Amino acid sequence: MVRGLGRAGLMLWGAIFIAPRPSKGVPLLIKQLYVIGVQSMIIVLVSGLFIGMVLALQGYTILVDFGTEDSLGPMVALSLLRELGPVVTALLFAGRAGSALTAELGLMKSTEQLSSLEMMAVDPLRQIIAPRFWAGVISMPLLAVMFVAVGVYGGYLVGVEWKGIDDGSFWSILQAQVEWRQDIVNCLIKSVAFAVVVTWIALYRGYYAVPNPEGISRATTQTVVQSSLAVLALDFVLTAMMFAS
Amino acid sequence: MTLAQDSLVEIHNLGFSRGQHVIYDDISLSIPRGKVTAIMGPSGIGKTTLLKLIAGQLTPDHGQVLFDGHDIHKINRKQLYQLRKRMSMLFQSGALFTDMNVFDNVAFALREHSGLDEVIIRRIVLMKLEAVGLRGAAQLMPSELSGGMQRRAALARAIALEPDMVMYDEPFAGQDPIAMGVLVKLIRDLSSALNLTSVVVSHDVEEVMSIADYVYVVADRKVIAHGTPAQLKQSDNQQLQQFLLGEPDGPVPFHYPAMDYQKELIG
Repeated sequence: MVRGLGRAGLMLWGAIFIAPRPSKGVPLLIKQLYVIGVQSMIIVLVSGLFIGMVLALQGYTILVDFGTEDSLGPMVALSLLRELGPVVTALLFAGRAGSALTAELGLMKSTEQLSSLEMMAVDPLRQIIAPRFWAGVISMPLLAVMFVAVGVYGGYLVGVEWKGIDDGSFWSILQAQVEWRQDIVNCLIKSVAFAVVVTWIALYRGYYAVPNPEGISRATTQTVVQSSLAVLALDFVLTAMMFAS
Repeated sequence: MTLAQDSLVEIHNLGFSRGQHVIYDDISLSIPRGKVTAIMGPSGIGKTTLLKLIAGQLTPDHGQVLFDGHDIHKINRKQLYQLRKRMSMLFQSGALFTDMNVFDNVAFALREHSGLDEVIIRRIVLMKLEAVGLRGAAQLMPSELSGGMQRRAALARAIALEPDMVMYDEPFAGQDPIAMGVLVKLIRDLSSALNLTSVVVSHDVEEVMSIADYVYVVADRKVIAHGTPAQLKQSDNQQLQQFLLGEPDGPVPFHYPAMDYQKELIG
């Protein structure tokens, strides 16, 4: 346990502080941004749309009883910004990109690609771990913002286009209720924190996976389970720090 | 500790264990410069582990590995990486980067370390691929190559930086006779042409004995015999002869240790 934490800590330290040469590091980062970020967009956008629509439909059925259905916009937006956007994006990210990262590293280990890098005097932390780590940290907040934006649009479709809430009320009350610092910045802070945790767990589990089919399978499962639990626990802590007062 | 003048690698009293399992106990050997040295032994005896100890990928419990006079396990990471530019390893699986084509695999170390212009790198890569007969496969992905071709591509990558020493980990395992013949020829020819120090780890007796200048046979956590292939063939060491002739029973028993057969069946 202590040994594992030590190795994970050293890996995180290396990923953050071992500076890649720009000429080599930037192309590697761009490639990983595509693999980790762009290829996760579909699942995030589709999920965001439907979660926004469901949220609006459930919200409408409650708000309409009190005649406050005009507040549907801020209800959807604040739910997404404060909780669902960063949390669900992180859970989807863990399932889509986190598991892929772990499996990729585990297979690179089992096919001796990581050893061959070391034999060629190339540090795997610099070449493999750091670009993936930073791609995860950059991608997830952007994905969360997209999730929220598409979710709000889903709420708009249900509330305005389907249930007939006034278009102007929907947007103006939303704009008035959502605060830059309290809601949007906190959404981004949560996303970055979740990105660090999920990507770190995924990379650690892959890098130290037992290099056989059973070991890689176990490592992939551990990534999804541990990062999901970590996100939910961390969300409570961050929410308490941000909103409890 | 001084390095024998004609040795590139010296191993002194090396001990290594995994948990309670002792793999090497005070093993010593030397790898002569510019020669093909074979390390043979039964499967699972730790031959690949020995290569990883030489390369500094594993740390021994005790003992020394000297590469050209430098104690591999006493130097810092930066110095180790400098030394690794002078050695390379052909992994059993080939270990080609699966997201790069053959050309980029071979060019990888050159782009990382040489600082050469891309035009020069292209020429060097094509020369290395020509040497292993794969110039025409430069644009293929590793998944499009046969096992033998993957190892040849990996060999081209291994010699790209023109190292002093190449370590071959089971280069013949799982190869058909033609691929095996090609690899045997390549190891011999490249070693001579480039004056490489070659370390071949294998249990393919015939192929290894045909190309090795000197052979170490490891078993039971130590070197049980060493000498030229001719000397080994004439040895009266029974364990060595069982290994060389592939006899199923002898000092290394056919049966894994177990309780009395009759007693286990009848009770």
